[in-house]
Order: sequence, then structure tokens, then C-alpha cells
Amino acid sequence: MKSFKEIYKSAENKIAGIAAAPGIVIGEVYLFTKEKLEISKADIKDVDEAKRNFQEALEKSKKELKKIFAIAKERMGNTRAGIFEAQLMILDDPVLIDNIIKRIEEEKKQPEYIVDDEISKYQQMMFLSHESYMKERANDIEDIKNRIVRNLRKKRWQSRIKGEVIIVSDSLTPADALLLSRNNIKSFVTDHGGLTSHAAIISRSLNIPAVVGTHNATLKLRDRQMVIVDGFYGYVLFDPTEEQIAFFDEKHKHLVQLQREFDELADKPAVTKDGKEIELLANVDVTGEIDIVKTSGAKGIGLYRSEQLLDEMDTIPNEEEQALIYTRLASRIYPDSITIRAFDIGGDKFKLFDYDEPNPFLGLRGIRILLENPELFKEQVRAVLRSSVNKNVKLMLPMISTIDEINRTKEIIENCKKELTSEQIPFDKDIEVGIMVEVPAAAVMAKEFADATDFLSIGTNDLIQYLMAVDRGNDLVSDLYQEFSPVVLRTIKKIVDDAKLVGKPVSLCGEMAADTLAMPLLIGLGLESLSISPRTIPYAKRIIMSFSHADAKAMAEKCTMCCYEYEIEKTIQEFFEENQIIRTRNII
Amino acid sequence: MIERVVKIRNKAGLHTRPAATIVKIAAKYKCEFFISRNGMNINGKSIIGVMTLAAEEGAELTLTFDGVDEEEAAKEITDLFERGFDEE
Repeated sequence: MKSFKEIYKSAENKIAGIAAAPGIVIGEVYLFTKEKLEISKADIKDVDEAKRNFQEALEKSKKELKKIFAIAKERMGNTRAGIFEAQLMILDDPVLIDNIIKRIEEEKKQPEYIVDDEISKYQQMMFLSHESYMKERANDIEDIKNRIVRNLRKKRWQSRIKGEVIIVSDSLTPADALLLSRNNIKSFVTDHGGLTSHAAIISRSLNIPAVVGTHNATLKLRDRQMVIVDGFYGYVLFDPTEEQIAFFDEKHKHLVQLQREFDELADKPAVTKDGKEIELLANVDVTGEIDIVKTSGAKGIGLYRSEQLLDEMDTIPNEEEQALIYTRLASRIYPDSITIRAFDIGGDKFKLFDYDEPNPFLGLRGIRILLENPELFKEQVRAVLRSSVNKNVKLMLPMISTIDEINRTKEIIENCKKELTSEQIPFDKDIEVGIMVEVPAAAVMAKEFADATDFLSIGTNDLIQYLMAVDRGNDLVSDLYQEFSPVVLRTIKKIVDDAKLVGKPVSLCGEMAADTLAMPLLIGLGLESLSISPRTIPYAKRIIMSFSHADAKAMAEKCTMCCYEYEIEKTIQEFFEENQIIRTRNII
Repeated sequence: MIERVVKIRNKAGLHTRPAATIVKIAAKYKCEFFISRNGMNINGKSIIGVMTLAAEEGAELTLTFDGVDEEEAAKEITDLFERGFDEE
């Protein structure tokens, strides 16, 4: 049988990209293009359904806005929150709503088109005014228009994607990817994005094979075209030949067999050849992922990204809703534990503020936004505490850069504990509170921060981004996003050593740990706990079982002395060869 | 039908908050209520409509009320304008 290399060498029908989530899929293309994302002026057949969709979109928008209005009142005071009240009133505006419904009935067009057209008329009038504040007002109206259109579009999409398809798209927002994943999606292919793009992360969490960064898949492929997606090597083959189909069918069978072997690994501990046990925890992005966690053999959830709830629910869940979700997760994972990371969101999620942040990654995000919105934060802290009765819940704080942030958070937690006590609601009084180390400031202060908290968790995605001052989503500079840069290695080593110095546990939860190539290196640097996507756990386990801790330590030491990334990569490759570790894609 | 001419008395003019207040009051009444300025005629029960009116301090608007409770409506809304929307 031919090898992958030979198959691809001779293939003229291939599109190359980055392998973002493993797996092999053969199926039909569904182009999810900008054009389709734009407002559809298409005719409709069922007027009643369109009217119903419109009413539902209005209700959904109202629900979202009420939440934002409540937060805005706290943050900006009643007067300035007035704009949200006006937006809410627009959703109930009798003249506007009647006009839209009448036009849906008469013109029989997609409601999103009519909403857009109708509201734009008012904006036109505002733009005609000479008063400068009228232009701002037109922008406020834009928000509410987009909100309704977005909710309508979702309705349209939910009813459109039927059957098992391969989504081919320019790029995917986390919300798109989540929404799409609720349908029967076999695979994702995108033009843009890298290994750490949201589409890639979500694909991995949901075990959907994906190829990203193909640059032009949307141009080369058309709707309903037959393709093979190879999430191991990062290729898409369109109109595959019989030989190619036979080859990948065979590989697919092999893969199923391999998966069975991996399943047998689930109950075994991850121990190196010389008997060092490594704790493998699972990252959970999407609530539905918990089933995969249970079968993966993870020793608990090392990172629950609670902000995903906002995408899943399309609104900020209140204390009750959160308490229910966290409690359910905690009891499913019991007796293992779950680390809930407080909402790691940026200011762009709220649109509460008077100006767009010119530099959101250096702006109000993570703990900063939580401390700015104490009511929002308190609701979450109370919900986490309420879910901790069985003593298997930990709380983790994102984007910590000063000790003051830790102190202020502790104060909020203490207040919540007092409230719950007086309300006679039970919780774990000794709940552990730790921080993410993902800002260089936190790495520098690792010892002091570890001393002030219960545990540290290194978030490599942001840490690398901030250390190298590079946007990993920006193709122009993304080659500077180097996981194996000596800068990254030395920083991780410092954090691990500092935590050990003060006797606090340290874990690592970034995408770096998902790269099986990094596994021996991270363990060699002294990490004894890694949190990775549950799908990767058996793969990681297999690698950990094939080398000794002492050897990995020696290799890591050698790597920290290097100046160039390629030297480090070479050292690791040699380590894999010496220990005869075969990477997963090479065994299928 | 009742017609009233009112003047904007507050510094900030007819901005979003007073627009919302006017619409909220108008919604309580059964009568039709229109606001016109410079040839534009706006339904006073539509917030998005009222928001399209640019009316700075000193601007004159014509209000018309038509319906069973037009007198009460005219009084309450004209008063609101006279008080400068209770702002400075």
C-alpha cells in the first residue's frame, strides 16, 4: 500500500492547510461563505413561519438586552444606561414592528432583509441631520438592528443545514462553530486561522476533524462537491479518485481499530518508564464534552472555560443557571475535581462601553472586566461556591497581572461566603482558588502569586502571545508564535520552579500540551500535571508511557540552554527517535 | 384634534432619554400623537421615529393629538416639554 506521502505527492486535486483536529472524513461540501452570512433577500414560502421567526428573534434580543441593560445600569448609572432602555423600547415599537410584519406578509422576503431595510431607513434620516450626535444615534440603532438580524439568521441557519456535511468557510467565530456543531457536521475546513484558532479548538473538543488555514478552500470548492478531509496531515482532496477513496477507507478502518486500543488505555495511569505518574486532566470547552471526558480516562477537569456558556446560551447566565450547570458538572466528574475558570471575556462581549478598545488584547479582559463588574463576578463566585458542596470544585482566575487583583478577588469571595453562610446555603469553606499564569507579569511574580493563592495554571496560548508580542491569529506575524522558543521554555521552567519553591501545585493547560511533540519536554521541565483536550489524553498517555522521566529531564535541560527554536525542535525530534516514540499520525 | 407648538428648553435638546420619556407617556393614551418639524411628521408613539428628530435647544416642534383622550395627553406631554424634560 502507498504511504500518505506518495498519495499526496501524486495528487493534483489537493488543497493544503494546517491539520487542526485529527480524523479522516469523506463527504459533501457545504460552503458557509460570507455571501451566505450576509443578509439574505431570498423569497420565502411560509409567511407564518417567517413571522414566528421574527417574533422569536425579537424575544431573544429582548432577553439579551435586558441582561446587558442590568449590567450597564450598574456600570454606568441610570442616565447613561438609557441607550439600552431605548434599544429595548425599539423592540416593542408598535409602528416599527407592525410595518415589518406587514412587509413580510406583502413582500414575502426573508425577515432579516425587511428588518435591515426598515431600520436602515431611520438611520438614513439620522445621517441626513447636521447634528453630530445624530450620527452616534444612528450607530446605536445599528447595534439593535444587528442584534435582531443575528438572531434571525441563526433561525435561518438552524433550519437550513441538514444531513451530514463538511463545512467550508472563510473563518469561523466561536459562536458560528458552536452553532454549527449542533447540526450533524462531519468536518470543518477554513481559509484562515491556525492551530489555536477558535474553530480549531472547538473542533478538537467536539472531535470533529478539521483543516484550517487553507487560504483558498472557499474559492476552490463548491457546494455538494465530494471531498476527503485529512485532519492528520492537513489536506483536503476534492473529487477524489477511486484509488484515493480506497486508501482513505482503509485508513479510516485502521483508525477505528486504533481508537479501540486507545480506549483500553483509559483505565491505566499515565506513568513514565521510571515510574513517575503524570496527572492528565481534561479541558472542557463545551458542556456536551463531559461525556468524552468520562471515557477518556482523565483524572478530572483541569480547565472548564466558563465563558463558553455565553456562546452556548447566547446570553450571560444568572446565578441560578450557573449554579445548576456547575453542580451538574461537579457531580458528573465526582470524585475527581473540576477547576472552573471565571469568565475570561473581553470588553467586546458586552458593548457596554463608550468607546471601542483600540487594543482589546491589552484592554479590559479577564479578571479586569470581572472586577469592573462586581455584580456579574459575584453571581459567578456564588454559583461556583454553591456547586462546591462535595469539595471537588476549584476556582481559577484569568489574566491576573497584579497581587492587588488577587487581594480584591479574595475579598469578593469572602463576602460571598459570608452571604451564603447567613443565607444558610452550604458550600466548601476551603475551596481552592488559583490563578492562570498567562501574562508575563504573572510569570515574573510567580513565586509571590503562588504564595498568595492555592495553585497556578500556566496558560500557554496567551502567555506565548504576550511574551512574544505577537497576535497568533495574524498570518503576517504568526510565525513568531513559537511554542518551542527558548523564551517560552525558560519562562515555563521559572514558573514551575517558583511554584515548587513555595510548595504550591502547578499545572499547564494551554494548547501547547495538546501537541504530543511537547509532551516529554513539558514533563522534563518539571510539570506533573497537564490539562489537555480529552481527545488527546489517550495519545498523550501512550507517549508518556514510552520514555523515562530522567531522560526527559536531561533533554529539557539541554533545550533550555538553546538559543534557537530549530535547535530545540531538533533536540525533541532526536528524543522521539531515540526512545522510538511514534507520533500518532505515523501509526495509522 | 388638538395642535400645540412647543419649544425645546433644555440644553442637551431632544436626546435619547427624553425621547423615551415622551414615548412612554404617549403609550398610556389612546389618541394618535404626531410630532412635526421642518416638514417631517413623526408618530410620537414610535421610539425609533422620535429618535430621528434632531431638535436642539430653542427648536420649535408642532404636536398634534387626535382621539378620545387627546386633552389629557396634550396636557401631560406639553407640560413635559415646558419643564425642559426636567433637565437643565
